[in-house]
Amino acid sequence: MSTHRFAVNVTPKPGILDPQGRAVEGSLGHLGIEGVSAVRVGRRVELTVEAADEQAARSVVERLATELLANPLIEVYAIEPLAAASSVVGASASSQAAEEGPA
Amino acid sequence: MTVRVGVVIFPGSNCDRDTLHALRLAGAEAVSLWHEQASLDGVAAVVLPGGFAYGDYLRAGVIARFSPVMRSIAAFAADGGLVLGICNGFQVIAEAGLVPGALLRNRGLRFLGRDVAIAAERLDTPFTHALAAAGEPLRMPIAHGEGCYFADPAALDGLERDRGVLFRYVHGDGRRAAEDDRDANPNGSVHAIAGVISPNGNVAGLMPHPERASEGILGSDDGAGIIRSLVESAARAANARPAVVNAS
Repeated sequence: MSTHRFAVNVTPKPGILDPQGRAVEGSLGHLGIEGVSAVRVGRRVELTVEAADEQAARSVVERLATELLANPLIEVYAIEPLAAASSVVGASASSQAAEEGPA
Repeated sequence: MTVRVGVVIFPGSNCDRDTLHALRLAGAEAVSLWHEQASLDGVAAVVLPGGFAYGDYLRAGVIARFSPVMRSIAAFAADGGLVLGICNGFQVIAEAGLVPGALLRNRGLRFLGRDVAIAAERLDTPFTHALAAAGEPLRMPIAHGEGCYFADPAALDGLERDRGVLFRYVHGDGRRAAEDDRDANPNGSVHAIAGVISPNGNVAGLMPHPERASEGILGSDDGAGIIRSLVESAARAANARPAVVNAS
């Protein structure tokens, strides 16, 4: 078994109205920033998977992404592998983080 | 004999008591079903009430979908059981794939708590048969942040063709609301869809709250016909097919 860390980036499907993105875009004028457009707001989920190998870990993440993290009717997702040790935020994030150690 | 109808309580449900009350007014023996129980306690119909199940974390309705009670409800629905989702309950059954489509954040971004008018598209369903007429405006409240109904153009064509649209937002005179009419269709739903029904006709969901408009003291009893339709249909279903009590 080995430990693998991933990020799943979920964004609204192209063409789906994203009122949050539009609101962010609308606020840019107040910052005096020009030339920014097509703002889309999504969510990013980071997770650690213990599995036989990276391939197996990735298929777990695929399943999670399609069944839970993203709604395929309205969202798309992209899976991004992360460096297992470096991606745990904060040195004291959890005892699990300490057990992980360097890959 | 009064018919037993269940109201599911998730952590974060907040319309369950109103819904139980409205069902009792319509003559049902209304019982609550806790989200962690797998048994449906022999009910002849299930209502998923409004609220913020599991805090609406991740996406409204999605986490509720994986609760033990929802697995039983999915099996119940597959077997022809009557299921009505109201507001957050609609979001839950849409996430569970029991009805087509998805509920997006309101186009205007804001949470909306106000009265709207909706009209039933058809009366030949277990959820609308007791209404006086199709197309007649029914006044009831909405209270949601993610109520903008969405289906892609192909799915929408299918929905219209197969008469899957159950309720639409309308003007006071019954005219269908335009998609960009923020007054009559405040969340911006495609085709002004306020509620849909499954292809088999036994599962329906709507964003407005019929239970909050189910007696005169609430300012409107326009929603009572929807609740009464469900209770009468449940009674008919219970007579036709005695419920299996507490299958474990």
